[in-house]
Amino acid sequence: MKFSEQWLREWVNPAVGTDELAAQITMAGLEVDAIDPVAGVFSGVVVAEIVATAPHPDAEKLQVCRVNAGSEEVQIVCGAANARPGIKVPLATLGAVLPGDFKIKKAKLRGVESFGMLCAEEELGLAEKSDGLMELPLDAPVGEDIRAFLGLDDSIIELGLTPNRADCLSVRGIAREAAVLNDIAFADLDIAAVAAVNDSQLPIRVEAGADCPRYAGRVIRNVDVSKSSPLWLQEKLRRCGLRSIDAVVDVTNFILVELGQPMHAFDLDKLNGGVVVRHSKADESLELLDGQTLTLREGSLLIADEQQPLALAGIMGGEVSSVTSATQNLFLEAAFFTPDLLAGRARSYGLHTDSSHRFERGVDFELPARAIERATALIVAICGGEPGPVSVVDSASMPERKAILLREKRIAKVLGMDMAASDVESILAGLGLTVTRVEGGWEVIAPSWRFDISIEVDLLEELARIYGYNRLPVRPIQDALTIRPATESKRSLSALRQQLVARGYQEAVTYSFIDPAMHKAMAEGVEGVELLNPISADMSVMRTSLLPGLIKTAMHNAKRQQPRIRIFEAGQRFVKGDNGLQQIPTLAALITGRRTAESWNENGELVDFYDLKGDLESLLSVAAGEITFAPGSYAALHPGQCADVFCDNVLIGRIGALHPSLQAQWDMVNPVYLFEIDQQPVLARDVPKFSELSKFPEVRRDLALIVARELPAADVLQAIRGAAGDCLSDLKLFDLYQGKGIDPERKSLAVGLTFRHTSRTLNEEEVNQSVAAVVQTLQEAFGASLRN
Amino acid sequence: MDNLEGLAAEAAAKISAATDASTLDQVRVEYLGKKGHITALLKGLGKLSAEERPAAGAEINRVKEALSTQIADAKQLLDLAAVNARLEAEKIDVTLSGRGQQAGGLHPVTRTIERISAFFESIGFEVVEGPEIEDDYHNFEALNIPAHHPARAMHDTFYVDESTVLRTHTSPVQVRVMESSEPPLKVICPGRVYRCDSDLTHTPMFHQVEGLLISEESSFADLKGLVEAFLRSFFEKELNVRFRPSYFPFTEPSAEVDIECVMCNGEGCRVCSQTGWLEIMGCGMVHPQVFEHVNIDTERFTGFAFGMGVERLAMLRYGVNDLRLFFENDLRFLGQFR
Repeated sequence: MKFSEQWLREWVNPAVGTDELAAQITMAGLEVDAIDPVAGVFSGVVVAEIVATAPHPDAEKLQVCRVNAGSEEVQIVCGAANARPGIKVPLATLGAVLPGDFKIKKAKLRGVESFGMLCAEEELGLAEKSDGLMELPLDAPVGEDIRAFLGLDDSIIELGLTPNRADCLSVRGIAREAAVLNDIAFADLDIAAVAAVNDSQLPIRVEAGADCPRYAGRVIRNVDVSKSSPLWLQEKLRRCGLRSIDAVVDVTNFILVELGQPMHAFDLDKLNGGVVVRHSKADESLELLDGQTLTLREGSLLIADEQQPLALAGIMGGEVSSVTSATQNLFLEAAFFTPDLLAGRARSYGLHTDSSHRFERGVDFELPARAIERATALIVAICGGEPGPVSVVDSASMPERKAILLREKRIAKVLGMDMAASDVESILAGLGLTVTRVEGGWEVIAPSWRFDISIEVDLLEELARIYGYNRLPVRPIQDALTIRPATESKRSLSALRQQLVARGYQEAVTYSFIDPAMHKAMAEGVEGVELLNPISADMSVMRTSLLPGLIKTAMHNAKRQQPRIRIFEAGQRFVKGDNGLQQIPTLAALITGRRTAESWNENGELVDFYDLKGDLESLLSVAAGEITFAPGSYAALHPGQCADVFCDNVLIGRIGALHPSLQAQWDMVNPVYLFEIDQQPVLARDVPKFSELSKFPEVRRDLALIVARELPAADVLQAIRGAAGDCLSDLKLFDLYQGKGIDPERKSLAVGLTFRHTSRTLNEEEVNQSVAAVVQTLQEAFGASLRN
Repeated sequence: MDNLEGLAAEAAAKISAATDASTLDQVRVEYLGKKGHITALLKGLGKLSAEERPAAGAEINRVKEALSTQIADAKQLLDLAAVNARLEAEKIDVTLSGRGQQAGGLHPVTRTIERISAFFESIGFEVVEGPEIEDDYHNFEALNIPAHHPARAMHDTFYVDESTVLRTHTSPVQVRVMESSEPPLKVICPGRVYRCDSDLTHTPMFHQVEGLLISEESSFADLKGLVEAFLRSFFEKELNVRFRPSYFPFTEPSAEVDIECVMCNGEGCRVCSQTGWLEIMGCGMVHPQVFEHVNIDTERFTGFAFGMGVERLAMLRYGVNDLRLFFENDLRFLGQFR
């Protein structure tokens, strides 16, 4: 909402400057987004009349003008095409200063002297762009300073209004606020009825009464629409961001901004029969004023005549019935449409107009007849015409304003302070509410222009707002603290993150919607959730895995010569499952490139699978469940370097190298290693439980075992644990050898078994028996032999 | 006995000549060992008369003691020299860098959420998270934003289907908390939110932290107190805070909170568009309609809610000048937040 400060001050003129006024209304909830002067900074420009013109002797495009500047007649050389005798234009006299500190001096243009400059709107900072000289009304007083004549010492104030404050989408509404804030009485406009001079009336039939509780109309005959709007009207509209179209449109726009009532004028002679307010039927269409033809959906609210739709009610008029310069007879419309029933209609047709913006939020339902009277007076003054009587049709759905009980106690409870009864009454009455004192509070009735006041708390907000949020008390935090148990059996995600950070990982945050191509490559056939209205095609599917985001991040950084990438992300992934959509908190990491930063004591080794696995194991080492790894199989991962991760035999994630073909496809120079695990199982941990330390010595035996190369080491270790008996206190795999001296199909694993009893010293015999049992088991299960 | 002094002088010379521990030990054995010269003299005492014996014995023992001390002193010197030599040989350049990983870092968004959470947890709030793909009811209806409400235009919503959206704020988590727990309640809900908007100052995904407090005696004054305390703690500064009436369908009265510009201390600069103020968060008293949706007694309980954009706080706190950097994940950017 843009408005001119001068216009506001015609309504209410508090003794505060522009900035203070802007601050006041901002702090009352009408946020001022911008304050701009209506014209550039200039001086020395007066109203002048071109008396005569003659072609320049030496230049085709220039004219030599004799100009009456009031006190004298001067010669001006001018290049504007519209310079002609008889018009009045702004003249920058010698010594004038135009916007941009441009000083006007006597000059010679192609040998002819010029004593000043005739100005276009653009040169005075009145418009971004203009074509030719600014033409002033023919009755403009020659010699008068143009700033005074046009009232240019004015500001355009732009408000960013919240949707609840439709009442401030008008100068009238803003003036009411400014009056209350400055404790000045607000005087509403006194609109005199324009007497009918004939009994010309158009029948009005409201079929959609719930949508259109009130419809007012008036016929005005014999208007002359070719008359242009007076300067004051054009200027007021310009300052509110509206272009002058013709006198009738200008007047309806003026009423829109002044009172907030959207109006529409029809060419009476183009209507067939009376006006019908109804819902659209199937297969109707309507050509709008902006030239587009809408195919109407059934049930849209229309203003129609007996034959066809005329306008999309409350949104935009139609082309067929529009007023043109040839129009002789008008039908003026001002209605009230039910906000809830109009809401969303414009948007559903891809439209948004000044009219729909207001009707959706609520327009004063007592305005239509007054707006018509005001418009009639202005139209008749400019275009002439003979008005008929005003018709008003009300349906049974007119809004009711019920009394709202406002309790003193509730003011204290919600606002944290008692408010003086006199303050309560003057604030609410000043806003136009009807206030009646009752026991313990007041009964309050909202006015016809407020659609945001229906319950007690709405009144509390009004009190707080006008009293001033910053004058309301501040109470320091004093809530009694509730102490919750310090849960030790759950690690925080924050702790997991810190652990990765300490191991050199940098956290990334990537978009939850990803490129479908990347999704397809990484998702292993899991269906992703697609957005109906993505921001772009490459951000259209919700991630089922965090890995694509990390890969994309790695690609971004690899392209920027990062030799070493260690990143992780924590967040939800979205998987369509049998039980509906699962939103799974997940943790994923990626490493690629050098193992450590380049340094004097490093030889530039690249990371491998076990670097990442070590980091993952450190994260999982305190998880409550038993963590195991088993070879996995994923199309996106290296078939020989990937594993499933289990917690208590439940699959919780995967780890592996990116498939070399994908690595090449995505321009990653070095192998890329990734893991992805569900957060939930790894956040659970056991609270430690002490067990007695053994005082007895331990015995260690090392074995070198030859087994099949394909045999997972984990299987061997599990078999050893099963066979070694209860006294096995530790088991380590401390060497792996394959190569010279060993069958190429086999490998050597060196394991260290540590035995200890909790209550006595083990004897040689017992240990030997355990080791023998292990060897025998391995032999039977895997064909393992001892290495010599 | 005549040769006692001679022996002593001879031994002393050998002790001072010894340059290593083994030579020195040989000297000890030669004079003080079982078969040593001084030991032999002590053994010879028996041949003397009972009158002579005490004096002679004392004399020999004095020499023996003196030699022992000399040997011990010499040994100590030799040991010290050996240690010094070793230390000299083992000297390294301690200014060379160490081995292994350097620390990584948290994303500035996480870092900011953790700071915000720490403040609220310290005063008894619980951190709660919820789904990011949300149903229309929890994201809008339950928050007093019915279909076609003009406020929906303020949320450029991503749709999954007609009744499912990417949450446009973290407020639905608060609804879920109110549905599942009895007041009094004190929670904050950090997380990702989504709006279909992308330009210099908007990314289609960003983060919010929203908070909710419900009790039998929370008023707008408590809201102001809490918000002021939080902002001053977050920015570590006694900055001016102001509350401006605003509109959110789920709170009433509603407020925008402005802080004195942290870049120019309220003097006016490019960041605050010369106003001296920065819009930093929204808040308000929970709307009775919201309580009614979750069956909370609006007469007995009052509550307030507040919400803030994490990226905006991070930008102001760390001086980041481009929102889009947060999601590019350039390591040169991320590495600045260690």
